[in-house]
Amino acid sequence: MNFESLRAFFIHLRFICEKELLATFKDKTARQLLLAPVLLQGLLFGYGATYNLDQVPFAVLDMSHTKESTSLIAHIDGTTAFSRVKTLYSTNEIAGAMDSEDVMVVIVIPSDFESKLAHNEQAPVQLITDGCNTMTAGLVASYIGRITAAWNAENIGTPPIELITRTWFNPNQTTRWAFLPGLIGMISFTQVIMLAGLSIAKEKEQGTFDQLLVAPFSQLEILVGKALPPMLIGMFQSTVLFLLALFWFEIPFSGSVLLLYLTLFIFVLSSTGIGLTISAISNSMQQVLVYVFVLLLPLSLLSGIATPIHNMPEALQIFTYADPLRFATDALRRIYLEGAGLKNIYHDFIPMLCVAAITLPFAGWLFRNKTT
Amino acid sequence: MNAQTDYIVKTENLTKVFPQKDGTSVTALAPLNIEVKKGVLSALIGPDGSGKTTLMRLMAGLMLPTEGRLTVLGKNVAEEPQAVQNELSYMPQKFGLYEDLSVEENMNLYADLHGIPQDIRPERFERLLNMTGLSPFTKRLAGKLSGGMKQKLGLACTLVRSPSLLLLDEPTVGVDPLSRRELWEILKSLVASDPISIFVNTSYMDEAEMCADVFVMNRGRVLMEGTPADIRALAKNLCFSVEPPETVPTRVLQSLLLDDSEHIIDAVPDGGRVHFITRGAEQSPVLDNFSLTAEAVPERLEDGFMLLMHKDLKENPDLSAPAVQSRDDKILKEQKRITSDAGLPVDIEVKNLVRKFGDFTAVANTSFSVHQGEIFGLLGPNGAGKTTTFRMLCGLLPATSGYLNVAGVDLSVSRTKAREKLGYVAQKFSLYGNLSVLENLRFFGGAYGLSGETLKKRINEVIDEFSLHGRENDAAESLPGGYKQRLSMAAALMHKPKILFLDEPTSGIDPLARRQFWRQITDLSAHGTTIIITTHFMEEAEYCDRIMIQDQGRLFAIGSPEGIRDELGLKHAPMNEVFITIVENGRKEEHK
Repeated sequence: MNFESLRAFFIHLRFICEKELLATFKDKTARQLLLAPVLLQGLLFGYGATYNLDQVPFAVLDMSHTKESTSLIAHIDGTTAFSRVKTLYSTNEIAGAMDSEDVMVVIVIPSDFESKLAHNEQAPVQLITDGCNTMTAGLVASYIGRITAAWNAENIGTPPIELITRTWFNPNQTTRWAFLPGLIGMISFTQVIMLAGLSIAKEKEQGTFDQLLVAPFSQLEILVGKALPPMLIGMFQSTVLFLLALFWFEIPFSGSVLLLYLTLFIFVLSSTGIGLTISAISNSMQQVLVYVFVLLLPLSLLSGIATPIHNMPEALQIFTYADPLRFATDALRRIYLEGAGLKNIYHDFIPMLCVAAITLPFAGWLFRNKTT
Repeated sequence: MNAQTDYIVKTENLTKVFPQKDGTSVTALAPLNIEVKKGVLSALIGPDGSGKTTLMRLMAGLMLPTEGRLTVLGKNVAEEPQAVQNELSYMPQKFGLYEDLSVEENMNLYADLHGIPQDIRPERFERLLNMTGLSPFTKRLAGKLSGGMKQKLGLACTLVRSPSLLLLDEPTVGVDPLSRRELWEILKSLVASDPISIFVNTSYMDEAEMCADVFVMNRGRVLMEGTPADIRALAKNLCFSVEPPETVPTRVLQSLLLDDSEHIIDAVPDGGRVHFITRGAEQSPVLDNFSLTAEAVPERLEDGFMLLMHKDLKENPDLSAPAVQSRDDKILKEQKRITSDAGLPVDIEVKNLVRKFGDFTAVANTSFSVHQGEIFGLLGPNGAGKTTTFRMLCGLLPATSGYLNVAGVDLSVSRTKAREKLGYVAQKFSLYGNLSVLENLRFFGGAYGLSGETLKKRINEVIDEFSLHGRENDAAESLPGGYKQRLSMAAALMHKPKILFLDEPTSGIDPLARRQFWRQITDLSAHGTTIIITTHFMEEAEYCDRIMIQDQGRLFAIGSPEGIRDELGLKHAPMNEVFITIVENGRKEEHK
């Protein structure tokens, strides 16, 4: 490609991008979709989507009534994670308390608690949790485990064998920390697929796509011109979320901003590829919406943003390789929280680049060769 | 029905106003006072957007009037819509046929919907099928019928019960002239044999001519009611016809006459001659320049109609689209008629072009060429294959097989290169609706490699040329119809293309705007632009140097309108008749 044709390429590109952005920003609904959902979802997930233990209602049945038992209960009472709503006096009351649903966990301290401790025997404390909410129940159990361990250490001195569990990078296991960096990708994912998805279908519906095809634009110019604006908008939205995480929720950023944006660029590129392919296949905007809704939910579920991927059946895990959100979530979390460098996460780029390398040329080919 | 009245529909100060999103409102019907006669065929004629469909939908009780009273079949429609609907049948512009059901299944479905008892169905269906000529096709899927047959099936479905009043909304738009004639034969015999009144919306004058009573409508008002003879009489003694000299294209003489607005109200090419309406006894100096003498001819319904339109325009000058800018007459006068193909540079060459969609052949083995500076018309009814041919020519659709060369470039090799030299105006308005006039022009200029000062200069030029002043910053979608059409043209001509492709540019614009449009095309052609145009208005063939007539994917005739007429021995015959003869001959040959 010589200089002249390169210049012509960029002039064409400029006009297409200019037109795309103008058409998007002049559309009132499109304008509203740029910022509002990002802020809304960012705040919603930041505050709402949390597995953190906070004010978990619990009840106590202390049958030991000793200094030791009172001290242990005081330790639990002393955290903000638990709030005692009931004090029970006999085992008959346990079932009633659990059924009433305002108690999620009952701590039973047996009458021989103190004597067993005195004889240096193991003194079991019974924990009855509400299995309806397994996730919270698990967290409650492990948290109480840690409280008792701390109490052990304080009162009895170092036991012969001590098991220390520590969670790295998110020492308090705040879900918000795990969620928000992953969300940086997911927010723009939805919008980029939607914007890219609608862009060609909309032009087909309005008849302007023919005009575009009749103009002396090359396939590449149309493809790049159609891909860049949604990518720009996606990057912008990710930036908004990044800033929200950093300054509003004050989650410390320990990675490189440059690497974060490189990851975002590759991710948005592959998402745009998916969106444009959907758009090129569809004949109407309605069709695009159906495809997008059918695709978005599984792609979000398979991304590992909410559930760990290594827990999924193996067959399903293979599918996750086609999901750019999975790798973006992983890379973004690790850059953000671990401060991972390129050599730690470059393997995440490969599947995303593969998706882009397949979908983008395919969409470009479909523009011209799909006849209605 | 009320036996004392001789009208079937009566409107008293009927008004319909549509409020708009931006708080303004559009008056679709100004206070309207008409009576539609009982037991006859009545026509409502007028340009698109004049309120014809609104009036019809009000009659059918599908919407409520803003003000006034509407009596249909002796009942107030606003109060008893169901009672009125039980007695009338309404066939909307796009009738809801189920394309995946057969002809018979469609009819049965509509019979079920209207609760027609099973025992009277066989007799009724047989009559309807015979009447519409659909008897041999009862098992064919509706989706596989031609445009004309679909309309006939629509009519049959509308008539599964015997209504007292039949409302037809533009039943023949885009239907081939042969089917059009057949459909009207049905209507005429129906009105003669059954106790039925028929009220038809149409934009075809020859159809209105067949009605007992005609209403001329424009901008929500009825300009005149009368028999076709009454309306014709408006142009009495004002109509003339003149044959252009051998070397002058018909459209050039027509354009020059049209430009002489001092003496001439309207001019239109017709059967190789120019038909025009004068303002008075004084003849136009244009004729003297060519030393021609016009002969007085009988006035036609269209002449009366055009007079009414012009008069209405004069009374509401603010509503009219500004006239197209003055042009250079000299170049126009110098244009010569293309008489032989020899020696002319070829802009488009097509050999053995075929396009198939699955097992359906949309275009069968077609060859032709178009010369530089020529106006080449692709004619045919909807579904004839002209749009498919057209889309292949401008590179929007790959050909199944065959050779295509546009502007010296083989389309199978390099489509991008050919595209630089052509302009394209799509059938429906297809510029970016929410972008302004300027932004649209900027984009299309940029698409064709203009930028910076050159682009600015060119934008100003086309704004001048197409009278888009004062609208530069309006969103394209908010422009009135005539402006949209001109903006589309302006955008397509930003890069001064060698070849201009126009797909049905005149469908849905009013007759006056159509005259202006063709005036502009004549000018472009005089300046050397090659023009390829599709149209379903057969009479527009008269503007073309050469035409190609297609039907059901096959090429039926190609040549100059005169040449085709001479070959058939139909000198000065209207194009509709030519088309019908060609199709009938073609079908006869097929049977052999």
